[in-house]
Amino acid sequence: MEKRRIGLSKRKGVYAAKVKRATHMLFYRRHQKPGVKGWELHKALGADYPKVLDVLDDYLKSLDMQVKTVFEEEKTPVQKPTLEEYDKARFCVTLRGDLTPKEAKMIGWRIDDLAGLAVAVSYIISKKGQAMRKDVEELLGEKLPGWKVGLNIDRYIRYGYLTQDDNAQLYLDWRTRAEVDQKALIDMLLNAEAQKTLPVEPSKEEGEENEEESTE
Amino acid sequence: MQSAKEEKKGREKLQRIIEMCMAIEAHSVDPFLLDVDDIIKVVKEYFPQWEKPEDLNLDAETIHHLASVIKLQSEWVKHRSTSLYTDPFLLEEKIIQTPKEDMVGLFLRAWHPVVELEQISLHSLSEALRYWETLVPLSERWKEFAAAEVGMGTATRDELIEQRILGDKVFSEELEEFWQELKETVNMKGRDGKIPYWDFIGAETYEGTVERAFLTSFLITYGYATLEIRPLEEEMFIKPFEEPVVKIAMQQGISIPISVTCETWQKWKRGELV
Repeated sequence: MEKRRIGLSKRKGVYAAKVKRATHMLFYRRHQKPGVKGWELHKALGADYPKVLDVLDDYLKSLDMQVKTVFEEEKTPVQKPTLEEYDKARFCVTLRGDLTPKEAKMIGWRIDDLAGLAVAVSYIISKKGQAMRKDVEELLGEKLPGWKVGLNIDRYIRYGYLTQDDNAQLYLDWRTRAEVDQKALIDMLLNAEAQKTLPVEPSKEEGEENEEESTE
Repeated sequence: MQSAKEEKKGREKLQRIIEMCMAIEAHSVDPFLLDVDDIIKVVKEYFPQWEKPEDLNLDAETIHHLASVIKLQSEWVKHRSTSLYTDPFLLEEKIIQTPKEDMVGLFLRAWHPVVELEQISLHSLSEALRYWETLVPLSERWKEFAAAEVGMGTATRDELIEQRILGDKVFSEELEEFWQELKETVNMKGRDGKIPYWDFIGAETYEGTVERAFLTSFLITYGYATLEIRPLEEEMFIKPFEEPVVKIAMQQGISIPISVTCETWQKWKRGELV
């Protein structure tokens, strides 16, 4: 009984160390793209790294974060992925819930730029994953200043949301696959009715500002 | 005679079916235009008559193309039934009609941005300070060197070759010979048409190894050979092509830096490099 308890606590200790190592690798950017490749995790943590990531994912739940797996290109496996498929995938940590408009502004996104990104991503999804750049520019140009449109698309490409091929066709890139719940976005867009007012939480924000003033 | 006529008719029908299937495979025709049940009935009808191998081949080819069309039909159904499918026109209309602010609100509810941190550590700070201490001041680094007076003279071709400024062979010839050497080495010592990278570039001297690595890089860049890298096992193989692949030289490739240090060469010589 004693031996079993010692064995169990040793295993727990090994897993705890692996979870810490996984945290370091996932949170701290080492390459051009955030996150880490599966084979790097395999090398550092061993072949049971998917289990380690499940444990980490559990920990992150309470912090409203999650471990996200981005498979190669768009080849998301239908069944449970094999270890080889995991090795080729990229892993990163994303927010589990969603941001309010105020928080989005805090992380450096202007409303125009976010709207442009939303429209570009939705349009490309509507065109079965690829669209001509000039079509996207035309669409964005209806509501955004002309000089901003090209700059914004280049920015989305630089950040990894979109990618462009030699024929000026835009596709969704790795960051969109990692960060955007495409199904949810399309469902909400189709169900949305045209509104005239901004759907934010004005009462909540005013409440927070009043709270801050009272504590000061 | 009747049977010969029937056979000819059957062959023509199968040929037409194959052409139709190929047009569908080339995506120029809707896959659902083909009635698979009817086609199978036709194939079944003529199958008992086939005796010659060519006719049986034609029958097999028809089934093969039919299977491809069925696969295309199933992919179409799969796409329509996946959660991302929706009428593109409707979606486009929604995108145009939805105000910018509403678009942002919807997007925020579907957006889960990546969380990443940047932090300097004690280790990197100490490395940086060590680097700073060894760094020579700019005033010394950018010092203008007093050029020594050198007498003008001429050098012969042999002297230039001796100093390795000129090669004694045309570079393309040298590359071709190196490629042949790679193919022979792979045939003799390689496995599955490839050889470990270091086993090929390794030479008796470090300078020789660097020269071989230099030529190998050209072999790969110009499509004479390719690299196979296994990052998990930390193995690297070089695989020669039978004919140079010109497409590789024309496409924009990726750069793979390979460190050929003296220490690595010495490890290889001692047999410690796996």
